[in-house]
Amino acid sequence: MSDAATDHADHGHPVHPTGIMRWLTTTNHKDIGTMYLWFALIMLFSAGTMALLIRAELFHPGLQLMRPDFFNQLTTMHGLIMIFGAIMPAFTGFANWQIPLMLGAPDMAFPRMNNWSFWLLPVAGVMLLGSFWLPGGAVAGGWTMYPPLFIQGGVSYDLTILAIHIMGLSSIMGSINIITTILNMRAPGLTLMKMPLFCWTWLITAYLLIATMPVLAGAVTMLLTDRNFGTHFFNAAGGGDPVMFQHIFWFFGHPEVYILILPAFGIVSQIIPTFARKPLFGYASMVYATASIAILSFIVWAHHMFAVGLPVAAQLFFMFSTMLIAVPTGVKVFNWVATMWKGSLTFETPMLFAIAFVCLFTIGGFSGLVLAMAPVDIQLQDTYYVVAHFHYVLVSGALFAIFAGIYFWLPKWTGHMYNETLGKIHFWFSVVGMNIVFFPMHFLGLAGMPRRIPDYALQFTQFNQIASVGAYIFGFSQLIFVAVVLKAIRGGAKAPDRVWEGAEGLEWTVPSPAPYHTFETAPVVK
Amino acid sequence: MADGKSTTLTKLIVVAIGMFGFGFAMVPFYYKICAVTGINSGDEQSLVKNTQVDKSRWVTIEFDANTNEDLPWKFTPEQRSLKVHPGQLVQVEYDVANTSKHAIVGQAIPSYGPARAGAFFRKIECFCFTPQKLAAGERRRMPVLFVLDPALDKDLHTVTLSYTFFNTDTKAQTAALRKTGVHG
Repeated sequence: MSDAATDHADHGHPVHPTGIMRWLTTTNHKDIGTMYLWFALIMLFSAGTMALLIRAELFHPGLQLMRPDFFNQLTTMHGLIMIFGAIMPAFTGFANWQIPLMLGAPDMAFPRMNNWSFWLLPVAGVMLLGSFWLPGGAVAGGWTMYPPLFIQGGVSYDLTILAIHIMGLSSIMGSINIITTILNMRAPGLTLMKMPLFCWTWLITAYLLIATMPVLAGAVTMLLTDRNFGTHFFNAAGGGDPVMFQHIFWFFGHPEVYILILPAFGIVSQIIPTFARKPLFGYASMVYATASIAILSFIVWAHHMFAVGLPVAAQLFFMFSTMLIAVPTGVKVFNWVATMWKGSLTFETPMLFAIAFVCLFTIGGFSGLVLAMAPVDIQLQDTYYVVAHFHYVLVSGALFAIFAGIYFWLPKWTGHMYNETLGKIHFWFSVVGMNIVFFPMHFLGLAGMPRRIPDYALQFTQFNQIASVGAYIFGFSQLIFVAVVLKAIRGGAKAPDRVWEGAEGLEWTVPSPAPYHTFETAPVVK
Repeated sequence: MADGKSTTLTKLIVVAIGMFGFGFAMVPFYYKICAVTGINSGDEQSLVKNTQVDKSRWVTIEFDANTNEDLPWKFTPEQRSLKVHPGQLVQVEYDVANTSKHAIVGQAIPSYGPARAGAFFRKIECFCFTPQKLAAGERRRMPVLFVLDPALDKDLHTVTLSYTFFNTDTKAQTAALRKTGVHG
């Protein structure tokens, strides 16, 4: 398959499709990466709009704008779409663009499967978003899909389960492609331990996806058969157990949160050495720390379930194993800081986002440690403290790393430098806005405000109003990001091959913009 | 190169399919862990745990049925005695008939012989739990479901379960007492 793609390149194939057919039939990793990223951006804005509606309702106590049921639909779909539609496809987009470039490979291992992995996603996205217009509206049972709610709802629940199946299949195919590419298509001399860290984190992420996505598929299949085919996996009236769903779901769900953050670690580990003009501190320890986090992620799932009535021994086990994850994560944070230590730092937009990532992700990590304590978690379970925690790791963690990566590689992809001033404005609005939204949520949670409820007690009003104002600042400042990207695609200063002074790696040896076909003959790495 | 890729592909597909199966394997695994560790057993009756049948000995249970004299009912056990192992689930039935011309509510009160055996009768279902109302001339079969606790004293080889039905209408009771002159 890759041979065929090479032939096209050599002679400028005469029947190369144009227009919509170019994108529908493309097997080129750069085209597919671009489509993944655009899809993620559209989903980011869809789910972001839902978040702004949620914050609008929560500006005042009482019910102003919507019925509680619609509020629940918004929180559920915001979570599902942000995770499966925005963050994961964005990282897969990076993988498609960068992994072949970083490895000196001409394309991904299975280009046609790559095309399928992408084109399944818009199908699932349309199904999810379209379910808002079905009788009964979209799913409202929470993104975690717990029974009994998820075995009781209407037709949109079946449709959502199907969409999860499709997105899972897409992720599995994408992961197979990434692992096979990394294991088999590295340039001669590029050993595993010389790979850029982004490739390492994606290799481990892809293994996590292959190990856990099928488990999620199994869990939602059981929901589907409980709903339609008379099984009783989770239906207590038929001898099933709804708590069992939580075990199966979180066996997928906890590795999933590392699927959402490990590629972010990889991006930041490319950016910080570039702008510190020093090699990454502790490369090998970074690799081992990533692997340790991945392995540990399989034995901590029940810390999401401290309140279901686990025996004390199990609570202790899951509490301590969860806290153990702070060790490899701490190794990473210290390595990033040590990389910057005494470096020749400059603060272009990618570096700003990367530094914000290190600081704010660490705050999210610490609130995670607080929640890891079983007795504390009993208090904080399902409060806004949890919401604050996972938005610090997913917004200022995963999403900021995505912004950092886009600014970092955009000149390589488009051939034009982005507008640095606008980029910095986007950064400062984002980082300030993000903290205004989510920092007060810690206090709301500690004071006992429950999540997923459209109304709240009067004493929570001020913090909710601060959070809502921050949400609108953060949300609308993302339009600056779109402007920066569109301007860079249309034109701008010509980007050199090596866009950044301190940039290392094979992707900077190809011209900017990266030609349609690269590394048809593999480069040799010394 | 192509061989390397297809080998990796095959391995990864096998892993993915295996993990799909693993999701389903978690179902029996979950119930097994719960059973072995004894957690999540809130749905089971604590009685069930006590029914470890002691097959080393037999105990004869005698069934006795009486009616108080102010209650015009006929009340007899289906069988007079039964040999069981302690811990075994036992169901016996009683036959009761209202021979009078009007509806009466009766309540059965159990007693045991010897009295210390009473602590070892673990009743799951019994007509003596609630008052029973019989219409005029009505006849009914009523069950008792119980387990004889295996902790029953080893020297007891024969125990008696005796029921007496009383009329719950206090006026009828007082009338009967006056008639016999017990009340002085």
